[in-house]
Formats: sequence, structure tokens, C-alpha cells
Amino acid sequence: MIIGGFQDSKLSNSQTDMIEVKNIDKSFDGNQVLKNISAVFEDGKTNMIIGASGSGKTVLMKSIIGLHRIDNGRIEYDGRNLPDMRMKEIRILRREVGMLFQGSALFDSLSVLENVMYPLEMFSPVSKEEMEIRARFCLKHVNLEEQSFKLPPSEISGGMQKRVAIARAIALQPKYLFCDEPNSGLDPKTSLIIDRLIHDITVEFNITTIINSHDMNSVMEIGENIIFINKGEKAWEGTKEDIFHADSEELNNFVFASELYKKVKIAHQ
Amino acid sequence: MNIFQDAGKYVLLMKRVLVFPDRWRMFFRQFPKELEKLGLQSLPIVIIISVFIGAIMTIQTKLNTENPLLPAYSTGLVTRDTLLLEFSSTILCLILAGKIGSNIASEIGTMRITEQIDALEIMGVNSANYLILPKIIAFVVMVPFLVIFSMAVGLIGGYFVGVFTNIITTADYLLGIQYAFIPYYVFYSLVKSLVFAFLISSVAAYYGYYANGGALDVGKASTNAVVNSSILILFFNLLITNLMLN
Repeated sequence: MIIGGFQDSKLSNSQTDMIEVKNIDKSFDGNQVLKNISAVFEDGKTNMIIGASGSGKTVLMKSIIGLHRIDNGRIEYDGRNLPDMRMKEIRILRREVGMLFQGSALFDSLSVLENVMYPLEMFSPVSKEEMEIRARFCLKHVNLEEQSFKLPPSEISGGMQKRVAIARAIALQPKYLFCDEPNSGLDPKTSLIIDRLIHDITVEFNITTIINSHDMNSVMEIGENIIFINKGEKAWEGTKEDIFHADSEELNNFVFASELYKKVKIAHQ
Repeated sequence: MNIFQDAGKYVLLMKRVLVFPDRWRMFFRQFPKELEKLGLQSLPIVIIISVFIGAIMTIQTKLNTENPLLPAYSTGLVTRDTLLLEFSSTILCLILAGKIGSNIASEIGTMRITEQIDALEIMGVNSANYLILPKIIAFVVMVPFLVIFSMAVGLIGGYFVGVFTNIITTADYLLGIQYAFIPYYVFYSLVKSLVFAFLISSVAAYYGYYANGGALDVGKASTNAVVNSSILILFFNLLITNLMLN
């Protein structure tokens, strides 16, 4: 099915679009924040980077996107090494990327609908009518009601802002989706809705999704490939099932810090 | 050292700003909004300040030229030349540096700290060009009109206060503002204002674009933008005056 000039099916993005980071280091003013990190983020999966505040997970995500220039290592988008690219090439690559920011980062001066249409207007060759059809489709896909389309972002709730940001991120049918703390500031129920939405979109459109989080509910709900960062190093990697049997002390201290998760672990064992 | 670092970063930013837009359609959607915001919305302050300065200048000139050897029309002449040479370009731009500079720096700075600029970059948009170029061009386009308007309104302010307070006759004032008129002064004033407009908008955009932290830092960026663009205006005023009038 074609919606607003875009093909709405898994077939539109059926090739392998994984991201591979190899031995990356990053320092700020002599302070090494990332130490020799390697990981593979597979397509069609919700890959999660978890860790305590200040562990370096946001720096890792921003380095993968290219907002921070790494000191050493490789960041390969389906074989294309990001640090070797020129600015122009990076911009072209970024058109394949969607990102959900911690604070949604919606443009204040535009309405909800215009926010979603913005990337289409910048980069899509389709007509304005088709752009609007596509934007409306994306907004409805994230369960937003028609009456909110004309409102400015400041007049909708935090959860709705997150949904608009997801709609904007998927408007151009990205191959890669990055989510930085998608549940920050949201209540548990809304968090769950956002998590499931991200997961469903990842599977439906076969996107390589990387989520930065320290919310254990999210990890247990949608984490398929999980990387634990501790003090700038990759301390553990596995699935949400593996977490219960992990022998990493740092990971256990982080994941099973609350009484609830301690009980869950005991029950699981 | 910081001055050189800032200068280098400013030049690199301008290299990203002063290129053709990715999408002209988006530029022309933004451009009229900036014309309205930076130009038309500045008209009230330009009118108020120019009327009062023109009026005050007429009174002060009259008080300081109470000499039978000086012709009566000299009050109009001095008011006109002061407005043309200095007030309507330099002083007006210093005032606009406060209004427009803080507006641009805080707007772009807020976009920076709320990650809206990062969002543009992630989309593959040249955020510097998209956000800053329409502001610079709009302000550079609008400033000559504001300057001409300020000159006219200043002269009208001087006329009304002069005539209504009976310090000068209408005939003397009108003769004074036409006497020995040098059109080059208007040209000089417009050239200066174009340079100042570029400085105000680009320096403010620079401080906003590189703001980091929180609301306090946006305030600091806004203050730095106003202070530094004011200093640059004074420096370039000296430079241009020396080049064009000396």
C-alpha cells in the first residue's frame, strides 16, 4: 500500500541495515568517557543501551549518530564507516535516521502536523498533499487524535509529545531509529504504551532501533539485545532473559537494585 | 585566547550559514516571518526613540547655539546632520542590538538546550543555515528602511518640539534641514547600518547557537550577544567613518 508517496510495508526496508561499532573510544578534556566499546545492533530488533546516570550511554548514542566525534574506532552503518564520512555524506546518511529525544525536541513554532511534515518538506520529493497524507498516517499510527493535529506542541501532554516525536522520526521511513530515554518524565502506563509503540514500529518497518534507557520496566518489556555500560565500558551484553542469570556484579547491582526486581529475580530462578 | 577561539568558531559557523539553503521553499517560508519579527515589530521602538531624540536634539542644539552670529536655521541643520550621521545608524543599531540581539540569541539558544537543533542535525538539515540565514538576510534587508524611517521621524519630532515650544520657526527649521544637504551622508549611514545589521544578527546567532546548559546559560548567551555586538558596532563605526568620511 502506498501512503503519501511512501510504501507502507516491510518490503520497503527489507535489506539488512545493522549498525556495528568497533573499539570506540571517546574523551572530553582528557577524561575518557567511552573505553574500547564494540557492539552490534541488529535490524528489526529493539537494541537497548542501559546503565546508570553518567555511565556514558548518552555519549555512546550521540557518538553512534555522529553528534560527537570519536577518538578511535569504527561505526559502521551497513558497512559505511561514519568517522570516514564527510559532512555532506553524514547529512545524507542522517536522512536514513530517525531520533526520539529525551525532551521530544518538537519545534515550538510549528503545529503537531507541521512538525511531522517538516522532514518530508525538507527531503521528500512528493507533493504537499501527499506529505500531509503521510504525516496524518504517521500521527494516526501512533494513536493520536485528529483534534490535536493543529495544536502547538506546548498544548499537548508529555506522552502525546513523545508520540508526535515518534511520528516525526518515522515520517521518512528511517532505516535506523534512536531513542534517548523515551520514557523520561512519563507515568508507568504511558511509558508502557510508548515502549510497545517503539517495539511495534521496529518490527513492522524492520528498523534498527537503539534505545538508551535506565528504566528497567522498558528493558523487561521490549529489550531484545541489551548492552550494559558501566563507567564507560561495556560490562555485559545479552537478552532480557539472560539478565536473570548474569554473573556481572555491576549489572546485578544496577538491575536488581529495587526490592521488586530482587523478588522478580528470585521468582525467576 | 578565548577571543581567537570565539573568532574562529564564528568564522566556521558563518561558513555553514552563508551557503545556499537546502530547500528554497523552506527559506522563503521562514523569510517573511523574520522580516515581520525583526523588522516590522521593531518599528514602535524606532518611532518612539527617534521622535524623542529628534525633539531633545532640537532643544539642546537651540540652547547651545544661542549666538546672534549663528543663523537661526542652524538648529535644524545640526539636528539633521546628527540624525543622519550618527543617531539613526549607530545609536539606533545599538538599541536594536539590545532588542534584536537578545531575541535571536535567546530563541536559538532555547532551541539548542531543548535539543531542537540536534533534531534538525539528525534529520540531515544544515541547522545553522536553516535557522540563521533567514534572520541575517531579513534584518539586513529591513535595517535600511528602519534607518530612513528613523531619520524622517526624528526630523518630525524635532520640528514639532521646536515649533510648539516656540524655540524655532517653521520656516527656519525647514530651511535648516534642507540647507547644505549632502546626500552622501545618507549613503554613509546606510552602509554603516548594513554592516551593523549583519553584526547584530550573526553575533547573536553565534552566541545562541553555541549556548549550552540550561535557562541561565541562555540568559548569559543573550547578554554576551548584546554586549559583544555593541562593542563590535562601536569598533566598526570608527573603522567605517575613517574609511568613508576621513
